[in-house]
Amino acid sequence: MSEAALSGALPHRRRLGEALGGWLLSLPAALSFLLLLLLPTLAAVAMAFTDFELGLWPPAWIGLENFEEMWADRGFRQSFRNTVVYVGLVAPASVLLGLGLALLIEAGARGRAFFRAVFFLPVVSLTVAMAAAWQYLLHPTIGPLNAALRVLGVASPPAWLSSSDWVLLSLASIGVWEQAGFNMVLFMAGLTAIPRELREAASVDGVHSAFARFRLVTWPLLGPTTLFVVTITLIRSVRVFDTVAVLTRGGPNKASEVLLYTMYTEGFTFLRLGYSAAITLVFLVIVLALMLVQTRLLDRRVHYG
Amino acid sequence: MRPPDSGLHVEEAAVTLGGNPILRGVSLSVAPGEFVALLGPSGCGKTTLMRVVAGLQPPASGRVTINGRDVTRAHPAERDVAMVFQNYALYPHLTVRQNIAVPLAMRRLNGWQRAPLLGGLFSRAARAEIARDVAAIAEPLGLAHLLDRKPAQLSGGQRQRVALARAVVRRPAVFLLDEPLSNLDAALRVSTRREIVEIHRRAGAASVYVTHDQAEALTMADRIAVMQAGEILQLGTPEAIYRDPADLRVATFIGSPRINLLPAAVGEDGVLLLDGAALPLTSPARGAVTLGVRPEDWRIAPAGLPARVAHVEFLGDHELIHLEAGGAEIVMRAEPELRVARGEALHLAFDPARALLFGADGRRLPMAQREAAHV
Amino acid sequence: MADRWRLPLLALLGLAMLAPYIWMVSASLKATDELFRASLSLLPETGTAWMENYGRVWREVPVAQYLLNGVIVCGGILAFQLLFAVPAGYALAKLRFPGREWVFGAVMLGLLVPPHVPALPLYVAFSQLGWLNSYAALIIPSTISVFAIFLFRQFFKSLPDELIQAARLDGMGEGAIVWRVALPNAWPAATAFAIFSVVAHWNDLFWPLIVLTGTDYATPALGVLHFRTEEAGDDFAALMAACTIMTAPLVLAFLFAQRRFVEGIATTGLKG
Repeated sequence: MSEAALSGALPHRRRLGEALGGWLLSLPAALSFLLLLLLPTLAAVAMAFTDFELGLWPPAWIGLENFEEMWADRGFRQSFRNTVVYVGLVAPASVLLGLGLALLIEAGARGRAFFRAVFFLPVVSLTVAMAAAWQYLLHPTIGPLNAALRVLGVASPPAWLSSSDWVLLSLASIGVWEQAGFNMVLFMAGLTAIPRELREAASVDGVHSAFARFRLVTWPLLGPTTLFVVTITLIRSVRVFDTVAVLTRGGPNKASEVLLYTMYTEGFTFLRLGYSAAITLVFLVIVLALMLVQTRLLDRRVHYG
Repeated sequence: MRPPDSGLHVEEAAVTLGGNPILRGVSLSVAPGEFVALLGPSGCGKTTLMRVVAGLQPPASGRVTINGRDVTRAHPAERDVAMVFQNYALYPHLTVRQNIAVPLAMRRLNGWQRAPLLGGLFSRAARAEIARDVAAIAEPLGLAHLLDRKPAQLSGGQRQRVALARAVVRRPAVFLLDEPLSNLDAALRVSTRREIVEIHRRAGAASVYVTHDQAEALTMADRIAVMQAGEILQLGTPEAIYRDPADLRVATFIGSPRINLLPAAVGEDGVLLLDGAALPLTSPARGAVTLGVRPEDWRIAPAGLPARVAHVEFLGDHELIHLEAGGAEIVMRAEPELRVARGEALHLAFDPARALLFGADGRRLPMAQREAAHV
Repeated sequence: MADRWRLPLLALLGLAMLAPYIWMVSASLKATDELFRASLSLLPETGTAWMENYGRVWREVPVAQYLLNGVIVCGGILAFQLLFAVPAGYALAKLRFPGREWVFGAVMLGLLVPPHVPALPLYVAFSQLGWLNSYAALIIPSTISVFAIFLFRQFFKSLPDELIQAARLDGMGEGAIVWRVALPNAWPAATAFAIFSVVAHWNDLFWPLIVLTGTDYATPALGVLHFRTEEAGDDFAALMAACTIMTAPLVLAFLFAQRRFVEGIATTGLKG
């Protein structure tokens, strides 16, 4: 073989080998992505426009009928409203609590690891088991919370999880308890990324109070972290399912129906898969909208690079 | 003489971190308008001393006074100090204009007036004055056209000037600079030296400049404090530090290439003996000593210390000749015209008036020239 | 802020945070009739009640079976996730091949879809295949993690190209490079992802609830739920004992490797 041919062939063969390697290495992931994520997701979207029920074959295209039914369904509207209220309670509270805890822990040297572990504990605890513990804690007659309230002079404390007035608030409190530690850890990561020199420069520049320093340095530099934490908290709150499934099953009288639990009962209890898929689609649109808002805001606020 | 109640005074400041002494009772006085460099290797405590002055590091003991006021326990904001940080520490989310205005706004506006949106309504006059002061400091530093940029859009040299502007804009009593040139490239570093001295002169503050680069300290400072292991070894003018070092550590730390050290002895008659040969120098000390001669103080002579050329480095405006003399290595600085060959044997002499004598413990020893004698 | 305010405040908040754990353990030590008197004392009146509670859980709840199921499911999921995601992440980061942009685009798109969305069609498919009530039903849907692909791609991108080229010159094929060069250098990302994945699937209730009917393959989450609804009834003492037992393994693992857990969740959290 001539030298010219050799030098021409080698890079070509190398490129081919690299492409082949690339394909072979991504193949398992690509196949499982296709079978387990892409196709089922598309199928779920398609199902939302059919009257698919398990055992009834073939399903028929019914266009927007599922969505019309949803719109007219008081149960769904209740479920949607409950989800909004739940998210509206949990997201701000757990973000603020997470930020407060992170600032409080970072403000001093002593007890950092200990308190970080304490507040993070709910993240690694079995949600179902902790929900049961909350059920005991909030039990109307034997629960320690109401026992304490009675000692404090409250004659008839509420039945937290079985009163339609209180159930959402109780679930939201559990939600805050679950998520605050997670948010705290994210905020702590954001805080350590702020150079210590900046806070020192602020001190030398005449910033005396901790609050003024927070306003000048910490809060603006925490901006991207905060945006991210807010988005992820919103999404995690929209996904609320475990506590409802364990504690209330949507009750009493649908007072704690939430989106994913409605989707679950419609789909897997009543086996109305088409309708359930339509609810899933609503859920997906909400999640995508939240992510879109986050990306937009992030793009607009690149203040340093 | 300056009045005793002006400028910066540090008395016996000590700092211990994690059981390790970082500062061992350091004292330092800087007069208004004076520029003092803290020079030493990394870990010598120079930055810690500066942080004690700024109030960022509380001392375990000792006292800091600024213009007669004891500020040892005062918050950095209450000390009337300004500081340029090594990485500049510019607020990345604020424009250059806002960065420079921060120290003014923090002092001249109260919390309500600084509030976003509404704050402007209550402080129009004060804000106009701040804008005037920012413009006045930005102009001479060549920042006027950059005022609306964010720090990320600036070059290293421009960021450095913004940091300087932010520090001097409110005319502080004490001006602290923590290795401000270490993040610039070599050419910019040299040209910025003069700029910093100019700014210091205009501000008239008591300036403290931390550096590990002796060229910076020697060229910029009125006085240099050489630090090592948490202590100030010597405090003096650049010339005194170079020509009249207090001990062996200062002598070897200052000067590049390093000072040549030769083992010598002082005889019973007080005459200095090098390699057994009597030198025209006397000392009240006795026994083994170390003789220090800087590279530029050697010359080639018809008679004297016999040496052999080991290696020649040509550096354009001068050359460095490495020689071997009785087991010791000697570096001599010479004119580039001097032509010597490797392996050549010759004799060396030095300027006795500039030689330095150190005892076995490293302390500087007195030395005098014998009359009417030659090497 | 002075520790004088900080520490008491943190202690107070911490106590509130720990309240469910404290009362859970306390209740698991008490006799049932004591629980029904709703006393506010944390310590049990009788020292032996706990044996009855934990004994009942031990007799009636296949604790070991649930925990084993949890380990099998989480381990299986993690193994497949790594097996699929590590080579794909490497290919996306370091190899040029036609279609790479499409694969990466698919990954980014996949990041947007919560796992609840494909659940319905997957359930239909598994029930048609007769695969419900099996380890396979629990493991297979989670074997692909686009998040893992993304995470490993980001990490491999920061590996120097020289390292890969040196390995090629040493005669390694791309497959060998993935497992013997790239992965050992991506250990921080791998542990972070492993913690993230195990915590997520150990606690997951949604999918097991859909595909399992009995308790044979139940994970700890489903096991607790089953005991609570079917057997415990009003016996809160035994229920709390079961909860304590089931919560313990992951919490203990967390307490032993606290920093790794927190950092793992923080890094994966910030990127996902």
